[in-house]
Amino acid sequence: MSVLERDPGDLVQVLDEDGAVVGELPDIGDETIVQMYRDMVLARHFDKRAVSLQRQGRMGTYPPLSGQEAAQIGSAHALGDDDWLFPSYREHGASFVRGIPLDQTLLYWMGHEAGNKVPDDVNVFPVAVPIATQTLHATGAAWAASLKGDTDTAMLCYFGDGATSEGDFHEALNFAGVFDTPSVFFCNNNQWAISVPREHQTASETIAQKATAYGFEGVQVDGMDPLAVYKVTREALEKATAAAPPDSGRRPTLIEAVQYRFGAHTTADDPSVYRDAEEVERWQAKDPIPRLESFCRDRGLLDDESIEAIDTDVTDRVAEAIESAESVARPLPEALFESVYETMPDRHHDQLAEIEALRAEHGDEVFFE
Amino acid sequence: MSTQETTGQTQSLTLVQAVRDGLYTEMSADEDVIVMGEDVGKNGGVFRATEGLWEQFGDDRVIDTPLAESGIVGTAVGMAAYGLKPVPEIQFSGFMYPAFDQIVSHVARLRNRSRGRFTCPMVIRAPYGGGIRAPEHHSESKEAFYAHEAGLKVVMPSTPYDTKGLLISAIRDPDPVIFLEPKLIYRAFRGDVPEDEYTVPIGEATTRREGSDVSVFTYGAMTRPTMEAVEELAEEGIDAEMIDLRTVSPLDREAIVESFKKTGRAVVVNEAPKTGSLAGEITAIIQEEALLYQEAPVNRVSGFDVPYPLYALEDYYLPNAARITKAITETVEF
Repeated sequence: MSVLERDPGDLVQVLDEDGAVVGELPDIGDETIVQMYRDMVLARHFDKRAVSLQRQGRMGTYPPLSGQEAAQIGSAHALGDDDWLFPSYREHGASFVRGIPLDQTLLYWMGHEAGNKVPDDVNVFPVAVPIATQTLHATGAAWAASLKGDTDTAMLCYFGDGATSEGDFHEALNFAGVFDTPSVFFCNNNQWAISVPREHQTASETIAQKATAYGFEGVQVDGMDPLAVYKVTREALEKATAAAPPDSGRRPTLIEAVQYRFGAHTTADDPSVYRDAEEVERWQAKDPIPRLESFCRDRGLLDDESIEAIDTDVTDRVAEAIESAESVARPLPEALFESVYETMPDRHHDQLAEIEALRAEHGDEVFFE
Repeated sequence: MSTQETTGQTQSLTLVQAVRDGLYTEMSADEDVIVMGEDVGKNGGVFRATEGLWEQFGDDRVIDTPLAESGIVGTAVGMAAYGLKPVPEIQFSGFMYPAFDQIVSHVARLRNRSRGRFTCPMVIRAPYGGGIRAPEHHSESKEAFYAHEAGLKVVMPSTPYDTKGLLISAIRDPDPVIFLEPKLIYRAFRGDVPEDEYTVPIGEATTRREGSDVSVFTYGAMTRPTMEAVEELAEEGIDAEMIDLRTVSPLDREAIVESFKKTGRAVVVNEAPKTGSLAGEITAIIQEEALLYQEAPVNRVSGFDVPYPLYALEDYYLPNAARITKAITETVEF
C-alpha cells in the first residue's frame, strides 16, 4: 500500500525523536542519507551565518529556516533530474540541493537582482514573496509539461501554512485536480505565519485533509524527519509521473510537512512576543539534525571523525560563499532597465541617460550620500 | 512560420471575427499557442471570439478552465515559463482584478526578476469599455492600471484589420501583452482583413485623418465618436488630425509629438476616468517635448471620476460626438 493512501491526519514517520527507526525506511542509498545529513548541517550553518550577517548590517532582512531542514533537504533529494522546484522564500536549503549556489542566495538577500538569476541548467523558479502565488505557477508548469507530453517531469511547490488561506492556493489545487497535473504541493507547516498560529489559519483539523476536497490525496508527514519526508515526497513524485492514468497515476498530491521554525519569521520580528519559550523547547526536542545523526551513527554511516570533517567542510563552504557574495560590486544603473523587456524601449534609454548624466556630473556620491 | 497556404485574399470581418481569425492563424502556425479561459471551448466565448477553435484544435489547446481569474493567469505564468504561449481570455476586463496580483507581481516581472532566465510571453485578452447596456462591472476601461506597470505592453485596437495584425504581433511578442478589445464595436462594422498572416507593429500609432488645425488623440472604441466629431467639424471648416494610438503602452511618443508640432493644439479622447488616465500621460509628453509649439491648453475628453454607472446613466458618462466636438472647437478657438 502506498504511504499516500492513509488518513490525512495519520502522521508518516520513519525516525522517532531519538533517531530510532519506527517506520518503513525509504528505498534510498546510504550515500544519499549521508549527503542529506551534510546538506542539513550546511543549511543550519548557512542560516546561522546569514542571521549574523543581517545583525551586523552586512545583509538586509532575511527569513531563517532553522528547524525546517528536514522538510527542505528530504524533499529536494526526492526530486528527479527533470523535475522542477517552485520555492517560496525560505527554502534556501532545498534550492541549494537543486543547484542554486549559496552565494547567489546571499546576493538576493543582499539586494542584488543577480541573486534571482537561476543558472540556466537549474529548474528552480525564482523566490516568490507574495504568498501562495507560486502555487499557480507550479500548477501551470506541470500542466504545460503534461500538455507537451513530458511525462517524466513533475513540479514540486513549497508554501507555508499561512499560504493555505490564500485564494491562489485554492485555485492552484483546484486546477491541478481538474486537469490531472503532475504536481506535488508541499506545505511547510511551521505552525506560525509570522505571529498568527496555525489554528487561526483554518478550522480544518489538518491541512492535508484539504486535498480531499480537490479530489486527490493529502498526507501528513513528520516534517522534522528527513527520511519520512523523502519517502512521502518520492512516492508523490512517482505518482505524478506514473504511466497508468487515470486510476493510479499522474495525479497531484498535497503533503503537509509538520514542523517548526526555531527562529523568527524574518530578522525583522521577535518571536518571543507571540509564542512561549516552552513551546519552542518542545519542538526543539524534534530537531532533525541530531535525529539523522543518531540514525547514521547507529548504522555506522557517521562517526566523530566524519562528523567533524563535515562540520569543517560546511564552515569553509559557507565562509567562501559569503566572501564571494560580499565581493560582488554594486550593480550599475543599467541593471535597472536591461531585463524589463526583451528589447529596451526608448523611454528606458531616456531614463537611464538621466541617471548617467547625474553620475557623469556628480559621481555616484550624489545617490549614495 | 505559418503552415497555412497563402491566398492573397481578403475577407470582410467584424472586429470580433478578426480576433478569432488572429487566434486561428497563430494557433495554426504554432502548436505552442493555446487558448484558455471561461467558456472559450464548446461555447466559443461569450462574445464568440473563440468560436470554432475548440472543434479545430481540441481540448488540449482550447481549454475551458474553472471559474477563477487568478488561476487562469497564474497557471498561464507557469505554462509560459515552461515554453507554451498561452492566450488567456478574461471574460470581461472588469473581472481582471482577481488576477491583478498575478499580473503585476509575476506576469510583468518574471523576465526582470529572473534576469531573463524565465520569460512570460502571453497575451491576456479581455473585452473592455462601455456602451452596451451591460450589467454592473461589465463596462470599465482601466487600461491605465496596466500601462502603469513596467514589463507589460497594452494594446487597444479599433479596426478589424488592426485587431488581427496586432493580435498576431502580441502572440509573437517575447513579452506579455494585455490586449483590450473594444466590445462596443465588436460587431459595429466590417472591414477588409487579409486571410493570410500579417502583423501590425505594437507601439505604432496611425493617422486616421490628416489635418492641420488640431490633433485629436484617441484609441479603441472612442475612435468612432471621435471620427464622427472630426468629420462633422470638417464640414464647418475645422481641419482636425485624428491619431489612433492603437497601443497605450508603449505610447508612440514620436507620432504624438510630430502631429502636435504640426497643429499646436491637442484634444485627447478616452473613456477611462479622467484622473490618472492615459490622457494625462499624453498631455505630459506634449508638455515635455513640444511646449514651444503649443497654442492652446490640451483638452481632455474622458470618462468622469466616478464608478462606472449602471446603464441608465452611461450615456452621460461616455464621451460622445457632441462633447468631443465642443472640446475640439474650444481648443481651436482658444
